[in-house]
Amino acid sequence: MKFGIIIFPGTWSDRDCFYALNDILKQKTNYIWHKETDLSQYDCVILPGGFSYGDYLRPGAIARFSPVMTSLEQFTSRGKLVIGICNGFQILCESGLLPGALLPNDHLEYRCQWTHLKAENTSAVFTSQCQKGQVLKIPISHYEGRYYADDATLAELEAERRIIFRYATSAGQITESANPNGSLHNIAGIINKKGNVLGMMPHPERACEPLLGSIDGNLIWESIIAGI
Amino acid sequence: MPVSKETLDEIALSQKEYQLIVERLGREPTEVELGLFGALWSEHCGYKHSKALLKQFPSSSKRVLVKPGEENAGVVDIGDGLVVVMKIESHNHPSAIEPYQGAATGVGGIVRDIFTMGARPIALMNSLRFGPLTDLHNRYLFGGVVGGIAGYGNCLGIPDIGGEVFFAECYSSNPLVNALCLGIAEAKHLVKAKASGEGNLLMLVGADTGRDGLHGASGLASRTFEEERELRSTVQVGNPFLEKLLIEACLELAETDWIAGMQDLGAAGLTSSAVESAARGGGGIEIDVLKVPRREKGMTAYEVMLSESQERMLVVAKKGYEGKVKALFDRWDLRSDIIGRVTGDGLTRIREGKKVVAEAPVNLLISPPAYLRQVKKPEWLNKLQAFDITSIPDVSQRKANSALLRLLASPNIASKLCVYRQYDHQVGNNTVVLPGSDAAVLRIKGTKRAISLTTDGNARYCYVNPYLGGVIAVAEAARNLACSGAQPLAITDCLNFGNPEKDDVYYQLKECTSGMARACRELKIPVISGNVSLYNETKGEAVYPTPVVGMVGLIQDVAKHCTFGFKNEGDLVFLLGDSQIVDSSIGGSEYLEVIHGIIKGNPYIDLGMEKRLQRCCLEAIKRGLINSAHDCSEGGLGVALAESCLPNELGFVSHDWNIKGRLDAALFGEAQSRIVISVAPKAAWKLERLAARHQISTTRLGKVGGKRLTLKGCIDLSLKQVGEAWRGGLEKLL
Repeated sequence: MKFGIIIFPGTWSDRDCFYALNDILKQKTNYIWHKETDLSQYDCVILPGGFSYGDYLRPGAIARFSPVMTSLEQFTSRGKLVIGICNGFQILCESGLLPGALLPNDHLEYRCQWTHLKAENTSAVFTSQCQKGQVLKIPISHYEGRYYADDATLAELEAERRIIFRYATSAGQITESANPNGSLHNIAGIINKKGNVLGMMPHPERACEPLLGSIDGNLIWESIIAGI
Repeated sequence: MPVSKETLDEIALSQKEYQLIVERLGREPTEVELGLFGALWSEHCGYKHSKALLKQFPSSSKRVLVKPGEENAGVVDIGDGLVVVMKIESHNHPSAIEPYQGAATGVGGIVRDIFTMGARPIALMNSLRFGPLTDLHNRYLFGGVVGGIAGYGNCLGIPDIGGEVFFAECYSSNPLVNALCLGIAEAKHLVKAKASGEGNLLMLVGADTGRDGLHGASGLASRTFEEERELRSTVQVGNPFLEKLLIEACLELAETDWIAGMQDLGAAGLTSSAVESAARGGGGIEIDVLKVPRREKGMTAYEVMLSESQERMLVVAKKGYEGKVKALFDRWDLRSDIIGRVTGDGLTRIREGKKVVAEAPVNLLISPPAYLRQVKKPEWLNKLQAFDITSIPDVSQRKANSALLRLLASPNIASKLCVYRQYDHQVGNNTVVLPGSDAAVLRIKGTKRAISLTTDGNARYCYVNPYLGGVIAVAEAARNLACSGAQPLAITDCLNFGNPEKDDVYYQLKECTSGMARACRELKIPVISGNVSLYNETKGEAVYPTPVVGMVGLIQDVAKHCTFGFKNEGDLVFLLGDSQIVDSSIGGSEYLEVIHGIIKGNPYIDLGMEKRLQRCCLEAIKRGLINSAHDCSEGGLGVALAESCLPNELGFVSHDWNIKGRLDAALFGEAQSRIVISVAPKAAWKLERLAARHQISTTRLGKVGGKRLTLKGCIDLSLKQVGEAWRGGLEKLL
C-alpha cells in the first residue's frame, strides 16, 4: 500500500496529509510534484487542500491543467483510489473527475470550524470502516465549499448513493443549521460513479490524534488501507 | 541651501538632520542619497525616538540566541536542536488608508521576517484595535482588516491562532493592526541577514518592482497624516500566492550551503534590505538599478530603491553558486536576477548603468541621531488618576445580573469567534488549544513539548497610568501563559503611540517602556524582537499608549497543558491570588467605562505577588492538581467565572460570600494577580498546601455544577443567558 500526495504550487495540506499517513498510520507515503506524470507506484493518490495557483481565477481551474492531472485520469480509470480534500475536491470537480462545483459559501466568509459528518453510505471503499450512519467529527477550512450541481446530477448522486458524507448535527441529524456553507443536500463529500474517487471539503488529515480533538479522520484512512 | 522644506517633509527629515547629513558626508547628498537617508533615518527603520528607551529592556537569557536588532527576528532555543523565531510588527498606517491590503501586506511582511531566517512559519497572531463599531467607517475598517488577514494568511497555510481585538474611541480612523509570526527551525539551518564575502552576488527574487509603497517607511510610518486619503496609492497590494512560493523556495534554499545570507524587502524596500545586510556583513554593496526587473516603465533610480512592492527577497549567493540558486527558484516559477554584489569598501554604491547615483558609507546611513528627552508628567494625568470611587453609586444586588450581561456583551469581552473562524487556525496539525483561550497552544512535532503563545496589552490602563500599564501588559501576558501551563521564554513587543515629538506622548512612551522593562526584569523574561509604530494620530489626537506584548512560553509535557473551561461537575472553584478586594480596583476597568462611561482611576499591581502566583499556578498544573485555570482580567471575577462556565456548559454555584466593601469592586474590579481555578475535591487540600508554600492565598468560591451561574445574593443567570450575551456581543454589531 503506497500513498502519493500531489503538490501543486500553493498547496498547503500536503505536509498535514503526510504526517497523518506516514507518522500516525505508518504508511509508505511520497510527495508528487505536479509536473511529474508517473503514478505507477501508487495505490492511492491524495489531492490535498490549499490554494493552488492562489485560487485566483477559480479554485482548481488552473491546477487541473497540471501535467499530473492527465496521468491521474488514467490512474483512476485503472480503478486506483483518489481522494481530493478541500482544494483537491475543487480540482477534481474542475477536471470533471467528479460532478458539480464548489461555490463560495452562502455567508460569503471563509470558515474554519469543527463540523460533524454523517457517513451515509458505508459500503463505499472510503467508508468501509465506519458504522452505518456514524457521525464523524472533522473540521472544515474553506471559502468555496458550497456544493452545487443541477437537479439531474443531484438525483443521480442520491439514487446511486454517491453522497458519502453530509453535514449533520453531533447527533446525526441533517439540518440547515448543521450546514456550514449552504451546500445542496448538506453535501460534504461525494464519490464518482465507479466509487474509486472521493472528494470532500472537510479535512480528515486534521482529525487523526486525540490531542488535536478527534480521531475520526482515521476511519477514512483505515477504510482506504483496508480496501486495497 | 538646495533642498526645500517640502522635500524634507516628504521624507520626514528635519532641517537639523539634513545639516547633520551634509556635515558627515562632507557635501550635499544627491537625490537618491537623500532618499536613502530619509528612509533609513525614519522612525520606522532608524528608531530615532525610541532607540534609547528600548535599551532598557533586558534581552538575554541562557535560551536567547538572537537579540533584538541583530536579525529580522529574535530567536530562542527550545531544546533538541530546535529554535523558535518570533517577531511582531505593525501595519497601522496602511490599514487606516486601505484596510484589506494594509492588513494583508502586514501579514506578508511579518511572515517574510521569519522564513528569511530559514524558519518555517507555524503560527500567526493579530493584535487589533478599532474605534467603536457603532460607527460606519469603523465597521468598514474592521471588516477590511479581518478580511485582509484572512485572505492573505489562509492562502499561506499558516494557522492564525488568535490574538486580541479591542475597541475604544481613540482608535476611530486610526486602527492598530499588529501581526505576529512565529517560526520553528533547526538551529543549524538558521540563515543570517548578512551581505558578506566580497564578490558574492546580490540576487533579487520574487515580484517585479513597481511604484507602490513609495515612502511607506518615511512618509506613512513616520508622520501624522491628516491627508490620509491622498496617500492611498502608497499602500502596497499583496500577492499571497507568490509569498507561498517564496516560503517554500527559500526554506529549501536555507538547507543548502549556497548562500551567505538572505533578507526580505520590507519597509523602505531595497534600500533598507541591502544597506542593513551590508552593515551586518561589515562590508559594502553595489547595486545597479537597471538590473532590477520592473513592472512599470520610466521608473527612476530613486523610485526603484524606495519601492515597497511586496513579495521580494534579497539573496546573497556565494560566488559560483548563483546558477544553482537560480535553478532552485526557477523550479518554483520564481524570477531571480543578479542586481549587484558585495564589496569590501564599506560603501553603499547605487549605479544606474555606468552612472553612480549614490555613494555613501554604510555606517553613516544606518546611524541616525538618537533622541532622549526629559519630559514632565502631564497635569491631566494627575486628574485622571485622582478618581474617587465614592463619586459613583455601587451596583445594587438587583442590578448585578444586568451589569454582568452588559459586560459579557461588551465587544471588548464578548467572544471573538466571528473573527477567528475566518482564519484557518488548524492547518499544520499542531493546534492543541484553539483561539479564544487565555493563550493558544501548539505542540512541537517529534517531541513531548508544546509552545504557548499570547498577545496582551490593556491600553486603557496605559492611558490612565503609562508606567503601571506597561508593567501589567507584561505581567498579564505571562499570567495568560501560566494559565495554559507554560513557562514564559521570550517577548516580542509592538509599541503603538502618538507623535513622540509631543511632550505628553513622549512621556507615555518613556513611562510605558520603563514599566515594561521593570516587569521583564522581575519576571525574568527577555525581549527578543519588536517594532515601534509612532505618529498614530488622527486630527491631532493620539491613540491610547498601546504596547502590545507577544509572549511565547514552553510546556514541557503537552499532555499537561491547561484550559479555562470548567471540566467536571462537583469540582471546587478557587480564586488563586490576591484576595483583598480593594474598592479602587474598579479604576480603569471595563465596568467603569461600560456601565458608568468613565475612563479614570489607577491600576495597581504587586510584582512580587504576581511572580509567586504564576509559579504556584505552573506548579499546580504540572502536578495535575487543577482542571481549569482562567486569568481574571477585563470584567473581573464575575466575567472570569461566567467565561469558565461556557466551553463545556457547566454551571457554577457560589458559597455564601461575605463581601466586605463595594459589590461592584468585588464582582467587576480588575485587581491583578488573580486566577480562577477548578480542582477535584480530593485534590483541594494539596492545592491549598501548595499555595501556602508559595505564600499565595486561596479563596474557596464555590462549586462547578448545574446549568446556571449563581453567585448567592447577587447573580443568578442561566447559562443560556450568559452564553447568548457573550457569544452575540460582537457579532450583533457587525
